[in-house]
Amino acid sequence: MKAKKKWHDYLWILSLTYLVLGFFNILFAWLGLLCFFIPLIISAVKGNKAYCNKYCGRGQLFSLIGGRFGLSRRKDIPAWMRSKYFRYGFLAFFLAMFLVMLWNTYLVFSGASGLKQVVTLLWTFRLPWNWAYYGSLFSPGVAQFAFGFYSVMLTSTVLGLVTMALFKPRSWCVYCPMGTMTQLICKTKS
Amino acid sequence: MLKQQRKAKINTEQCVACGSCIRVCPRNAVAIPRGIFALVDEKLCVGCGKCVKECPASVIRLEVVSI
Repeated sequence: MKAKKKWHDYLWILSLTYLVLGFFNILFAWLGLLCFFIPLIISAVKGNKAYCNKYCGRGQLFSLIGGRFGLSRRKDIPAWMRSKYFRYGFLAFFLAMFLVMLWNTYLVFSGASGLKQVVTLLWTFRLPWNWAYYGSLFSPGVAQFAFGFYSVMLTSTVLGLVTMALFKPRSWCVYCPMGTMTQLICKTKS
Repeated sequence: MLKQQRKAKINTEQCVACGSCIRVCPRNAVAIPRGIFALVDEKLCVGCGKCVKECPASVIRLEVVSI
């Protein structure tokens, strides 16, 4: 018999809402920081991956779309994609791109460059996103971070959807940088 | 007499500890105690293979064990 669903089984709604809100007002992208800090705090304090295991709305979204809705081939992920080299390599690449994003934000904060109202998909394609920005009460740097962070979130969603369709629903979890990072924290803690 | 049964075995070296297996296990036989890899409680596992199908890294197999 299936266990009764708990409140945290519905967190995929939050993940979906987050992605939708970014189409209306880019400043909502700041909320995505929760998906960065909560797993890190849980792994650092409790020494486990409870975030991945229970609370990750993105993983739930993939298992819903790929599993329940059947939009996944359900094939094995290639061995190289689950290898440590790829997982740590992708984490390093992801963090490097994150630093570039922070640097661009800094440039806007300091006034050295202007705000770019674009969302960069897959670190390459610049999509105009000016409809979701109505000005900020604070520095334009605040908005630049939002555009950059939403780019990160949208890019990882697209990658996750592609690997969900090609392999198993939660294939993203295999190379998710947050998952790799929290596992690394748990390893060093124990 | 020895009884043969199928049990889920996890390649702990390659497990990413995502917890997909925990969600599908009808017997609550899987746990990720320290966030590094999943472990199957062999006493609870009935060898249904749901976790094998679900595991995104495909690191779970069913093995025949004698008990």
